[in-house]
Amino acid sequence: MLTEFGKIFIFILVAILFVLIAFVMAKLVRPSRPTYEKSTIYECGEEPIGSPWVQFNIRFYVVALIFLIFDVEIVLLFPWALSYQDYGFYGFAVGIIFLVVLGIGMAYEWRKGDLEWARPKIQVPVLNNLIKRSEVKSES
Amino acid sequence: MIQEILIDLFGNEIVAFIISAALPLVFIVPFVIFAVWLERKVSAHMQDRLGPMRVGWHGVLQTVADFIKLVQKEDIIAADADKKMFILAPIMVFAGSYAAYAAFPFSSAYIGSGVDVGIFFVIAISSVVVAGLLMAGWASNNKYSLYGAMRSAAQIVSYEIPTALVILSIVMVTGTLSLAEMSELQAGGFWNWQIFGGAETGLVKILLIPFMIIAFIIFYISSLAEVNRTPFDMPEAESELVSGYHTEYSGMKFSIFFLAEYANMFAVSAIAAILFFGGYQSPFGYIGDLLGIDWLVPFEQLFWFAMKGLFFVFVQMWLRWTLPRVRVDQLMTICWKYLIPYAFVNLIIIGLITLI
Repeated sequence: MLTEFGKIFIFILVAILFVLIAFVMAKLVRPSRPTYEKSTIYECGEEPIGSPWVQFNIRFYVVALIFLIFDVEIVLLFPWALSYQDYGFYGFAVGIIFLVVLGIGMAYEWRKGDLEWARPKIQVPVLNNLIKRSEVKSES
Repeated sequence: MIQEILIDLFGNEIVAFIISAALPLVFIVPFVIFAVWLERKVSAHMQDRLGPMRVGWHGVLQTVADFIKLVQKEDIIAADADKKMFILAPIMVFAGSYAAYAAFPFSSAYIGSGVDVGIFFVIAISSVVVAGLLMAGWASNNKYSLYGAMRSAAQIVSYEIPTALVILSIVMVTGTLSLAEMSELQAGGFWNWQIFGGAETGLVKILLIPFMIIAFIIFYISSLAEVNRTPFDMPEAESELVSGYHTEYSGMKFSIFFLAEYANMFAVSAIAAILFFGGYQSPFGYIGDLLGIDWLVPFEQLFWFAMKGLFFVFVQMWLRWTLPRVRVDQLMTICWKYLIPYAFVNLIIIGLITLI
């Protein structure tokens, strides 16, 4: 007898099989005539400049770290959410204390500016050479 | 129920379960063909155009024609790309989004796998998609792809937290993680749906309604971001990143990405329907019960499930042509400074109400 997770495993296998069948089917039908231009990397028609595998904004890393903390917290809260009603208000309070500690952590991150993403500076266009209406009129 | 019938029919468990696992595919592929056409029609009519009209009645077969074209397209892998990862990425993305369907109760007669941890499993497995997207972006060796992949990873990962918090508050009310049990709890007309306080009675139900509505709004916004739909379609912002992580993909690999994207759209809509709108339950009652035909009821439930899912997919399309795209910093602000604190407070209040 398959367990319920065994059924899920079959689901994943069916999905992989479906994609592979689709790939093989397409391979039988499609043409394959690679040229130099086709196998260059797409950069809007220009010759690609440099490698894209460069340093990335540290923000992505920070977001991933904060996410990790919150995700672990949510995983811990799931069993609590299922069983806190058995313990009445006491069970609820335990969970809330845990949440409050996390809330303080989040407030700290917020205060430290870790939740800020680089914002574009708004540049108000400045007009230097204003042509006066009277000048335009006199010239015409 | 369908699984038992299949076991009887084939006499072999493994064969029966393989066929049972392929059943959602029979649902997803026509759904995607229909949804792509619908998306084009909806966008066209919102812009006062007609959209596809040539292939079939009002262009219904347009997607089929597109698919036939895509199958014949040359599959280009750039010389500098990481070939193994490039091929593996679409497989991973599709497998991740398809596995989530295992836990959905399509009707009371069919559920792919009755795991007790249903909704928890769905949250977990949909994170595999992020890894697939990052692989696609990284393997392409393309600046647009990598930017798109990094953005979508940051976005999906961030918005997973408000989604999970809302799901947590629903779990606190229902006391179960299984999606099938959640749907069963909401039986008996639309007044028993979770958004109207579920099967609770009296004061608790009345108090729950406003917070359930807030929970639903938070859930819907973050689910939009999780499937990279407008107004949160930063990862594939056409006007700046060409098309994000699948810029380098062509032919069949591209269509698998497309399939996975639409499958995900239906998946989040289905979760919204199951959590808040009764899953496969009919809002009024069943014709099958009325006429005394038992086998009709599961089919009606499938119909209601598909209709609820389709309705939310339609709302996603509607929003796409209503709202402009947000900036990256706004995206992160909405998630971390608004949705997560609101979801937290909402969770605590719902917890307090359930204690009454």
